[in-house]
Amino acid sequence: MRRKLTTLAAGAAALTLLAGCGGNGDDTAGGKVTLDYLSLAWQKESIDANKKLVAQFNKEHPNVQVKYVQGSWDNIHDQLLTSFEGGEAPDIIHDEAYDLTDFAYGGYLADMTELLPADLKQDIPKPSWDSVSMNGGVYGVPFLQEPRMMIANTKLLKAAGIRIPTPDKPWTWDEFEDISKKLTKDKNGDGSTDQYGVAWGMNEPVNQSVNLSLSTGGEIFTKDKTDDGVKNKVHYGPDESAVAQLINRQVNKDHTSPKSGLSMKGSDTLPGFFAGRYAMVPLNFSFRQQVAQQAPDDFDWEVLPMPAGKDGITQGVSPQTLSISEDTEHKKAAMDFIAYMSEPDHMAELAKGDWMLPTGKEAMKDPAINREKYGWGAGAAVSKSLKPSPMLGVRGYPEWSDKLATPAYQRFYNGDTDLEGLRKSLVEDGQRVLNRYQR
Amino acid sequence: MSTVGTLRAKRAAGHTGQYLALLAYLVFLAFPLLWLVSTAFKPAKELGSIDPTWLPKDWTLENFRVAFDSQPLLHSALNSLIVAVSAAVIAVAIAIPAAYAMVRYKSKVSTAGTAWILVSQMFPFVLIIIPLFLVLKNLHLINSIGGLIIVYVVWNLPFSLWMLQGYVKAVPISLEEAAAVDGASRFRTLVSVVFPLLTPGLVATLMFSFVTAWNEFFFALVLLKSPENQTMSVILTRFLGAEGVADLGPLAAASVIATIPSLLFFALLQRRLVSGMLAGAVKG
Repeated sequence: MRRKLTTLAAGAAALTLLAGCGGNGDDTAGGKVTLDYLSLAWQKESIDANKKLVAQFNKEHPNVQVKYVQGSWDNIHDQLLTSFEGGEAPDIIHDEAYDLTDFAYGGYLADMTELLPADLKQDIPKPSWDSVSMNGGVYGVPFLQEPRMMIANTKLLKAAGIRIPTPDKPWTWDEFEDISKKLTKDKNGDGSTDQYGVAWGMNEPVNQSVNLSLSTGGEIFTKDKTDDGVKNKVHYGPDESAVAQLINRQVNKDHTSPKSGLSMKGSDTLPGFFAGRYAMVPLNFSFRQQVAQQAPDDFDWEVLPMPAGKDGITQGVSPQTLSISEDTEHKKAAMDFIAYMSEPDHMAELAKGDWMLPTGKEAMKDPAINREKYGWGAGAAVSKSLKPSPMLGVRGYPEWSDKLATPAYQRFYNGDTDLEGLRKSLVEDGQRVLNRYQR
Repeated sequence: MSTVGTLRAKRAAGHTGQYLALLAYLVFLAFPLLWLVSTAFKPAKELGSIDPTWLPKDWTLENFRVAFDSQPLLHSALNSLIVAVSAAVIAVAIAIPAAYAMVRYKSKVSTAGTAWILVSQMFPFVLIIIPLFLVLKNLHLINSIGGLIIVYVVWNLPFSLWMLQGYVKAVPISLEEAAAVDGASRFRTLVSVVFPLLTPGLVATLMFSFVTAWNEFFFALVLLKSPENQTMSVILTRFLGAEGVADLGPLAAASVIATIPSLLFFALLQRRLVSGMLAGAVKG
């Protein structure tokens, strides 16, 4: 056994020498500060924009050198958790506000309250700061965001004589329900539907259900301030469930939305959309890039605001963020880099690369972000109605979402359970999950 | 005579059925790979079509251009190759003598060892990743290809050992006894008699270890930080965005590149996978 271990150790040592890549924790050399920036940019334009800005920053700041490290949205939480636990986290972290909660409460992220430059604080509106404020601190700079939009087949809407909504004059949810009926057709008279009004891709139903419920005045999570800290409560009344009930009706009663769409992820609905099988698909704003890339040449499409409820076209968003690791010894330098990335011109570049919207007021003035083409202008107009997603800052939300809410919403939309069944899972079972995080 | 004819007809029908079933199974296995290759050569507009075609209507290399342009595919493939070959060779080199000893020298240790092999397969990655991370960190092996090779060797070793034990058991001990009678030393017997007969087993185990290491994702993701050290499986996830959105064409192109080394490895070694080497070695 000892020989086997010796063999292993010798082999390992030899390989390490051969590979020549043993890690060392020294990030200062010759008086320079070296910072690792974990970026989750994934589209080519966005990666190029990030790398260009990093190179520019390094050139302009000879004493602070940032190293671009590529991450992936697919596994960011596990990767960060392990590197935080192991004390090897990157200095600057690109993530999403939704994912910050557990890391902020766990003490892994630096509170940026005292580090934030005044002009950056002013440039980003308060609702965006609210989305990263928790546990008495600010744990990220929210720099990009994307609303959910209704992407529609222009030809089908015009043929049915339907009014094209604008952010100033959107459809109401009732109107949308009627329009979906008008757009649902059995074209060849064989008794089966050939064209559906809308396809709800509900493979991941929770975030969009929770975020869209804001338009009807829903507030699924409330925060009670107690002597023992903030307590999150789940509530699921008529305002919270109005949009979910509408989707349920469209799938199971009106049949204006196909049941097969429920199991699809957002991009899975696109082939059917291009083929005219679905007249409208609700998708995140950045999906326009895929639509622009994949749509047939003669395909006309519009980007419309989501329908309005009693609170207008309000919806919740979870912005993308830049945070600083608590373990880094160079918080000031890390903040300088984040501030550089968040300068209006740079923020606008990053937003355009990802087909998203910048959070900064100045970056939002970029003409390219306000042009009509590809629905940029519609998104820019909707951005004024965005609020922090109700799920932000709720400890235990990932478990609530994965274990309870996802299957519960899927059963409800599929018609396998009624509203009371959904409510019971979200509230009664859900509160028990949240309580475990609030002891 | 008619009975013989009927029997022959039945046998022929049976063979035809077997071949058809085999063909269906081959198609089932090959379909994902063929679909992947087809996708890699399709332009974006065809990928968004509701009527997918078996072959691209307009063949394009654009997906490969974008894949190579946006990610360091060749460098990561080289990293994967170093890691997978090293891990496979070391795991098998350790497993051969260990498997031989466990089969030929029965003792409580070998029984406990066998039980441990089985138990070790029951631990999920997520359970061990943080302790493993801390151990490697203390050894300064985080973010190191050498560290990843060690992890893969340890991870592959139990199953390699399990596989090789079966092959060692299949070598009749009478062959070793015959070699001893002819005056061969223990070492000579192993080198000239046992190891050649184990070749198919060694090749199968090497292939298993190589493919496991080549495809492994989670350890590589967590343990390798620097872009210059990352392996192919990690790089492939870069073509995925939030909410499962994929840059499908370049992802398929990169995946095709990622399968080539495994296919080549199999092509090179599969001739060694011949069975029946032991046929006729022992009388009776």
